Amino acid sequence: MPIQVLMPALSPTMEKGNLAKWLKKEGETIKSGDVIAEIETDKATMEVEATDEGTLGKILIPEGTADVAVNTPIATILADGESAADLAKAPAPAKQEKAAESAPPAAAKSEAPQPKAAPAPQAVAEPDPEVPAGTEMVTQTIREALRDAMAEEMRRDPDVFVMGEEVAEYQGAYKVTQGLLQEFGPKRVIDTPITEHGFAGVGVGAAMTGLKPIVEFMTFNFAMQAIDQIINSAAKTLYMSGGQMGCSIVFRGPNGAAARVAAQHSQDYSAWYSNVPGLKVVAPFSAADYKGLLKAAIRDPNPVIFLENEVLYGHTGEVPKLDDFIIPIGKARIARAGSHVTIISWSNGMTYALKAADELAKDGIEAEVIDLRTLRPMDTETIINSVKKTGRAVTVEEGWAQSGVGAEIAARIMENAFDYLDAPVARVSGKDVPMPYAANLEKLALPSAAEVVEAAKAVCYR
Amino acid sequence: MAAPKKAAASTPQDKTDGGSPPEFTREQELKALRDMLLIRRFEEKAGQLYGMGAIGGFCHLYIGQEAVVVGMQMALKQGDQVITGYRDHGHMLATGMDANGVMAELTGRRGGYSKGKGGSMHMFSKEKHFYGGHGIVGAQVSLGTGLAFANHYRGNDNVSVTYFGDGAANQGQVYESFNMAELWKLPVIYVIENNRYAMGTAVSRASAQQDFSKRGVSFNIPGKQVDGMDVRAVKAAGDEAVAWCRAGKGPFILEMQTYRYRGHSMSDPAKYRTREEVEKVRHDQDPIEQVRNRLLAAKVSEADLKAIDAEVRDIVNASADFAQHDPEPDAAELWTDVYR
Ligand SMILES: Cc1ncc(C[n+]2csc(CCOP(=O)(O)OP(=O)(O)O)c2C)c(N)n1
Ligand SMILES: [Mg+2]
Repeated sequence: MPIQVLMPALSPTMEKGNLAKWLKKEGETIKSGDVIAEIETDKATMEVEATDEGTLGKILIPEGTADVAVNTPIATILADGESAADLAKAPAPAKQEKAAESAPPAAAKSEAPQPKAAPAPQAVAEPDPEVPAGTEMVTQTIREALRDAMAEEMRRDPDVFVMGEEVAEYQGAYKVTQGLLQEFGPKRVIDTPITEHGFAGVGVGAAMTGLKPIVEFMTFNFAMQAIDQIINSAAKTLYMSGGQMGCSIVFRGPNGAAARVAAQHSQDYSAWYSNVPGLKVVAPFSAADYKGLLKAAIRDPNPVIFLENEVLYGHTGEVPKLDDFIIPIGKARIARAGSHVTIISWSNGMTYALKAADELAKDGIEAEVIDLRTLRPMDTETIINSVKKTGRAVTVEEGWAQSGVGAEIAARIMENAFDYLDAPVARVSGKDVPMPYAANLEKLALPSAAEVVEAAKAVCYR
Repeated sequence: MAAPKKAAASTPQDKTDGGSPPEFTREQELKALRDMLLIRRFEEKAGQLYGMGAIGGFCHLYIGQEAVVVGMQMALKQGDQVITGYRDHGHMLATGMDANGVMAELTGRRGGYSKGKGGSMHMFSKEKHFYGGHGIVGAQVSLGTGLAFANHYRGNDNVSVTYFGDGAANQGQVYESFNMAELWKLPVIYVIENNRYAMGTAVSRASAQQDFSKRGVSFNIPGKQVDGMDVRAVKAAGDEAVAWCRAGKGPFILEMQTYRYRGHSMSDPAKYRTREEVEKVRHDQDPIEQVRNRLLAAKVSEADLKAIDAEVRDIVNASADFAQHDPEPDAAELWTDVYR
């Protein structure tokens, strides 16, 4: 019976791709391992290898087709002795077998029980003071916003350079440094060996002389190899030298949970770095903030930990078209105004927070959502002003609760706005376990919009 | 920082004392063929299941490198430990771990070796002395040295076979481990699987010393370059290293010159090498074809070889079937195994 070739998923987050090119024609013989087609995702162009032998029977999706969903049949392969006449017999596409139990597919998709078409959360109460009224906006992915921020700063200051694993020739493991090697050359866009502790130290040493390195960690999980240099050398030198010698350096890369990569590759380090005096810690959510804050981080005379999020890289947003768009480090943003409860989050935690605010609005609860953007120094004032207004607060983070950023926020609210509170501060966080691989467990381990809704209702006694 | 050099196009060659490695008996050839085929077919199936969305996250296939683990395993005895990184499916199958349990871990089901909690990169088997399955490049080198430390401490004659890649060989803890291993004469074989690339970085772009067998020189650790595409050469080198370790002489380094046919992981566009380069290794040096051709030349019948193919395919198909029908872990498993 003819075999159907399905549109493959080539990364954990891929849902669809473009069928760029067929490399085999109908009627051509195919061996297992032959490259039969090229497909494009937002990250890269990839080759589809045949896993079966035979002849290419029929091409079902012509080249040049955009947005082909994963698992769509794209061609049929005829086994030895089969002819085109057998094509009609091709089986229905092999649907992914579902587990005999638990996690129905629907549950795996929607965070909150609401239709996908719901309008994106808006209601930004206070326009960013950094953006003059009438500024032209460009739509960009976060990946592009980061790349532009680095490119602009490298054009401006010859002391800025980028180093890390696969940042140059490969164009970045997550394609964030795309095009930088081509523009700035190998002296300023430097591929390192896999030696995090070593190159972090090299970066700090170079920064002590006044160079301004951007050190990319392929992910922050691997920065644990380098954390001694980050804390003992980068964070403490200014102090230890009595102010003589500091280091202006940015450590950046994806942080937090990615999809299905298990315990050693899925961890949120927000709380870890935010514990350390001498470091600044930035963790933006929107594309504009990614750009404006990365530029600020590169110019900052201190070591800055810039926490990105892999899940967000492909998300688009409006970025102001300004020659020099800088967002100051240390300022939170009111992402949505409200008067009943304050929800405080940052980075991808904002996804849950904003969805929850939409849900709560349906029940007549107007949540004020604060995007912290910077974790250290923390914008306590914005939090406290909001809590004085609402009397209730919920923190949302992907990391663990114990000694987490939410715990710190709760303590500050208690210290500064105790008399204004109508309920104890609630924390929504990642569960107190290493990240499991299984799809159903991973989903349970992460916070969800539903948990935020529940916590917000609880503090509102609803 | 200098202008990046192009990937060295040298081909793996036999450096084991020159000449060709000792012949295998027919039984050894058949076993090597079967074990390598099992890994190859298993990995092809895993790639397919990934494409269907049944496997998520990172999935690093071992296709092309089969002779390394299969040859090394033939040099080991009961109780010898194995540890490696995230490209680990082949190592597990070679130690005799059950294909169903490995595949079900890849799909995140309760019958997987880690009950679905570890995934492709994190599996372990106490019974088979397989110590993982590690996601942080280089970390297994110190751990593997610790396994050897335990053998030394207990006074048994087991060895620890510690696998890592050409890229991992640049991590600092590798050299910290080398020093301790030689200082304390620990029975550890460092098997460096030089498949010429660490993700998209060719060895020549990341390594000042590209002869990995010499990476232990300043610690006085002996090393050898081995044709990792020829299972006989691997076995012979493994025998020598094992004998050295069991005799209490300390660690040994084997650089296995090998090649991965597939991308680094499933989402690797593989722009750093040409299709021709991959094709050439596949055509000229495929570890499985080498054995198959020798067997055919020795008049083993096509039918006998087909029977091995069929046996292997059955195991792999059964594992895929199991891995797709086995239930996901119970939700309560989220909270277990954090402490004991
Ligand atoms: C400490 C650390 N840094 C980076 C990574 C990301 N990473 C995973 S595999 C890999 C390449 C390793 O190459 P090599 O050691 O040659 O092994 P191969 O993949 O070729 O088997 C990198 C950079 C990681 N997992 N851990
Ligand atoms: Mg390698």
